[in-house]
Parts: sequence; structure tokens; C-alpha cells
Amino acid sequence: MAVPPGVSEADFRQALARFARVVGDAWVFTSDEDIALYSDAYTPLWSEDEEKTASAALAPDSAEQVQELVRIANEYRIPLYPVSTGRNLGYGGAAPVLSGSVVLDLKRMNRILEVSERNAYALVEPGVSYFDLYRYVQERGLKLWIDCPDPGWGSVIGNALDHGVGYTMNPYRDHFDAHCGMEVVLGSGELVRTGMGALPGSATWQHFKYGYGPYLDGMFSQSNFGIVTKMGIWLMPEPEAYIDGTVQVFGHDDIIPLVDHMNYVMNTGLQNAGTNLQSPLRFAVTRDPDLRQALASDDPADTQRLNAFARANDTPFYTNIFKFYGPEDVVRAQWEHTKRRLSSIPGARFQEGAFYRFPLTEEQKRGVRDPQDLGIPTLETFSIGARSNFAPATRGHLGFSPVIPMSGEAVIESQRVFQRVLQQFETDVALLVFPQSYHPRTLVILCMFYVMPDVAHNQAVRSTFRRLVEVAAEHGWGEYRTHTAFMDDCARAYAFNDNALLRLHERIKDAVDPNGVLSAGRYGIWPRHLRQGGV
Amino acid sequence: MRLRVLVGGVPVTLAVVAVSMMASGLAAQQGTAGAQIADRATLERGEAVYDQWCAACHDPGPRHPGTQALEALYEGSKPAALEERRDLLPAVTEAFVRTGVSVMAPFRKTEISDEELAALAAYLAPRP
Repeated sequence: MAVPPGVSEADFRQALARFARVVGDAWVFTSDEDIALYSDAYTPLWSEDEEKTASAALAPDSAEQVQELVRIANEYRIPLYPVSTGRNLGYGGAAPVLSGSVVLDLKRMNRILEVSERNAYALVEPGVSYFDLYRYVQERGLKLWIDCPDPGWGSVIGNALDHGVGYTMNPYRDHFDAHCGMEVVLGSGELVRTGMGALPGSATWQHFKYGYGPYLDGMFSQSNFGIVTKMGIWLMPEPEAYIDGTVQVFGHDDIIPLVDHMNYVMNTGLQNAGTNLQSPLRFAVTRDPDLRQALASDDPADTQRLNAFARANDTPFYTNIFKFYGPEDVVRAQWEHTKRRLSSIPGARFQEGAFYRFPLTEEQKRGVRDPQDLGIPTLETFSIGARSNFAPATRGHLGFSPVIPMSGEAVIESQRVFQRVLQQFETDVALLVFPQSYHPRTLVILCMFYVMPDVAHNQAVRSTFRRLVEVAAEHGWGEYRTHTAFMDDCARAYAFNDNALLRLHERIKDAVDPNGVLSAGRYGIWPRHLRQGGV
Repeated sequence: MRLRVLVGGVPVTLAVVAVSMMASGLAAQQGTAGAQIADRATLERGEAVYDQWCAACHDPGPRHPGTQALEALYEGSKPAALEERRDLLPAVTEAFVRTGVSVMAPFRKTEISDEELAALAAYLAPRP
């Protein structure tokens, strides 16, 4: 049988028997077939010795059961790895960072405990997916929207804790920012409620984030300090209408005023949604190796050649879709004002986009260009890497996603820098997606890698990824979130003052989870007994 | 470890083996027998499982990645949408759900239980 590292087979058998008394035999998974379901389907370590695997899985049904399991794990020093829906594909899925950990599968804890239409929030358990919450709201005809990431089957809690993002307005699209109040099982098994939840019988747990005293919720995101068993999430009241429109600009340097205007409209609330920034020119030159090379160059002559191509082919160098939510007369006025501002960019053109009044009919929903912009969850994103008429099937994908400042200069520099790295590797393993704003004041680059049932290909993915992390750090850019295979690499990049922040994380880890039983290695935080002389 | 077998020296998932089983008829007897005894309640349950877990990728029409992938694979020789298929023997459905294929990750028993999977397989199976 598979046994967790540092645990004897006899102890493990005893622990499994104790676990079974808590959750029932049916919810302790130990057969090879069942454990295989806790592999990372999109692993870049496919079939290599380092591929992350579990030794068993447990599926509790309540916070009380989670507490019991954590206490037993402490007795036997069993490493646990909680997952909520286990669908964090591209970021490690349901597989533990430390091979041999016992996965704590929280999918059965799938209750929607409360939804308030008046104050626009929900209180949910970790197994609740975006599809679940959407169905709940729709079936009851509530005038509320969820904000969902690309795949709708992810956990509302898990996605927020991993700093996942969506596509409607602030603050809803930053899912951690939209949470309000948590219930957490600590590494000791103790149950804590954060914010106003610490007040017995609190009337405002999902209304007021801070409670009294230090605000600790951030400790439980991208970490391994506790298991979140309940969380509040703010929902968006259904707006009256939605409108969007596209601006096209045609010069290489037009990205600078374009992004400045995006900053202004976003930070003044005139346009309070994410971006949809694209570079049609980059697509247009994909099949021209010479011009593609020019994208990585800072030689003014290359920039002029690209500008000439854009003009000659009437191909915009950049476009952005501006999105507005609110009363019809207001959103129309916001778009008109945005157009007036952007008209200061010479040659800028505008295209009217979609307009909707809510609620939508089912038929209207099926025709929406970007359903997530309207809080409608789908699985469309999995067409990425699926077999198609123009590409073979892959085995999944993952992304390198550093944060850059929201400025045109940073866009230009980052595109050149990452394009050079990719060309250096002389490989097409990665696809550089144009940066998007998922948070105010920053853009996120997405460098997409396909993983394949091909060890050499996946090794090239890993070495390219690691080089990108290093190069990004040299420019002051760091990852906002990463796949489990790269958590140590990305953590090492946050190295200010001899990795003082990571050392602080380690001290907190030792305090709240002294036996180090929770999610060893997640986000680069290892328990004391698995640290090798610190960072 | 993920369930794998070696076919001609090439590692493949069990799901691919299931296709071979289907083609060679090895799964036929067991599969059709399962479908024949499915009662209405089982089929309704199977449809509910399909709606919850499969429809978002495998319903007909564009914007469904599973349907897109099967269109490209079969090039019209079989329906691309799962509910329109008449050849999905239960063992095949069960193998794909538990092992996944391409970008479709397998489904755990906390998502689709063995009983729900049997109902789903009966719902998608050829009916007498």
C-alpha cells in the first residue's frame, strides 16, 4: 500500500481505521483505482518519478468531521491535503504538493447555507461550485449575479482562496476581495470564525469583513494554515443593462495612452469591469517569422516595420473592449464618455458591441459572446487544448501568469522580454496571451503551456516555465498564482531581505500547525520537519 | 499512480483501451445486459447526472468542448453529441468517466458516485 512519507505502515493502517470511524468506510479511499482519481490530470510531471500522488483520500461531510480528521492526523503525523472541488486544473487539481499526503476531499460539503437577496451575499461550504450557486439563484428567481472564473465547476471557496478571478465588476471579479467572513479548522483541529463571525450570534458575519482586531483572512489564502469550511461571498445585484464597445488603435506606442485611459475609467468607477485587451497585429504576424521576430525587438526600425504592416493591412495594433453595467441611460452615457476620452488617440476607431437588458431569456443566454461577463458559468474554456479541426488533443494546460503594472510601457516591455525567452528556447511549447486586467492597477500576463503525454515535451515546458519565473523576477514581476509543480520556484522569487516574507510564513506555519499536517509545500510553505535549512 | 497499460510500448489511459473493447465487442455483452434492466427511475437519475456533469461539455452545438473534440475525432462518422450516440456501452462510459481523456479530467466518486455512474451509463447506453 502507498504510505505517507515518515509514517509506518502499521500507524497508517491504524489511522485509516480511525478516519473511517469518523467519515464511514465508504468515504475512505485506498484502492489504487480510487487513489488514481486524485492525480493531477494536467500534470507537467506525467509518468515521471516526481509526479504527485496521494496515498489515500478522505471525504468528510461536515466541519466537525474535518476537525476530527485533523486531530487524528496530528496523532499519527499524517500529512493531509484538503481540496474543495478538486477542479483547480492547471494549478495542480486534486493532487497534493507532497506526494503520499492523504487528500481531504471536501466535495461532499456542498451546502449553500444562506443567500441574502437584500444584502447580496451567500454563505457556502467548500464543495459548492459556481454551477451550484448559479442554479440556486436561477431556480429561485433571485435578482443576483455570481461572478465566475472560466470553468464553472470550480469551488466558490477554493477559487477565492487561490486568488481566482472573474469578469464582471469590482469587487466581485476579484474573488478573494469579494469574500466576507470565514470558518476555519486550524492545524490543531480548533475551529475559528473570522471577522464578525467571532461574535456569537453575529448578525453581520457576511456583511462586515473586518470584525474586531487584526484582519486575518488573508492568512488562509494561498497558504496551508487552516481548512476553510464556510465562507461568505458577496454577490452582485442584477443590473438593469449591459453595454460594451471596442476601441481600435493602430500604432505600436498607442498602447501607452490606451492603457492610461483604461486606468482612468477603471479607477474613477466610470468603467468598473475588467479589460479585454488584444493585439490583432500579433495574431496577424504569427505566420511571418521575420515580423514575429520584430515583436521581441526594441530596435526602432523593427517597430516601424510593424507599424507599416498595421497600416498597410488595416490591422489594429491593439484593441480593448470596454464593459459597463448599470441603468441603460447611465451605461450608454459611460460608453459615450469613454469614446470621447479615447478619441484623443490619433486614428482611434470605435465599434459598438453587445447590449443587453436583464433578465435574459435562455435563448439570449446561449447567444452571449462571453457568458462569464454576465456571471453565467460554462466549461467552454476547455476547448483550449481539446481536439479540434485544426489541432490535436492535448493533455491539459497550465499558465505562467506574472503581474505587471497597468501601463503601456510595461505591456511593451513584458511582451518583448517574454517573447525573447520563448524564442531563446526555440520551442513552441508556450503561447503568449495578451495581458488582461483582473485587478485594478495591474495587468496579468498569461503564458499558456500545453501538457502532453510526452516526457520530453513536458520537461521543455518546465524548464521554460522556470526560466520565465527568473526573468520575470529580474524585471520586478512575480506570479499571482501558480501550478503546484512550481510553487517553490515562485516563492523563491519573493526574496526581499533574505526571503523575510517566506520566513514569516514559516513561523506562522509552525505556530498554527505545529505538527505540519496541513498541505505541506503549498505556495512554498513547508512545515519545520520538511524544511531543509530554510529557503 | 494513474491507471495505465502499455499498448505496443505506448502508455495509454484505460479510456483508450475502452474504445478498443468497444470496437472488438469485448464489452458488449456485459454492457447491453446492464442497459436492458435499467428502469425508468435509473434512466431519470442518469439524465440528471448527465445534466449536472456532462452537458456543459457534451451537449449538441458549438461552445461545447467535448462535442468539438468528438466532431474532430469522428469527422461525421458518429454523432458528436453524447446523447445522440447509440453505441455507448456502459463499460465505455464508465471507463471514460473514471480515467478521463485528453483535457477531460476523471471524475471522483465524491462527484459522481458508482451508483450515479451506473445510472449515467444506463442513460447513455443503447436501448432495446
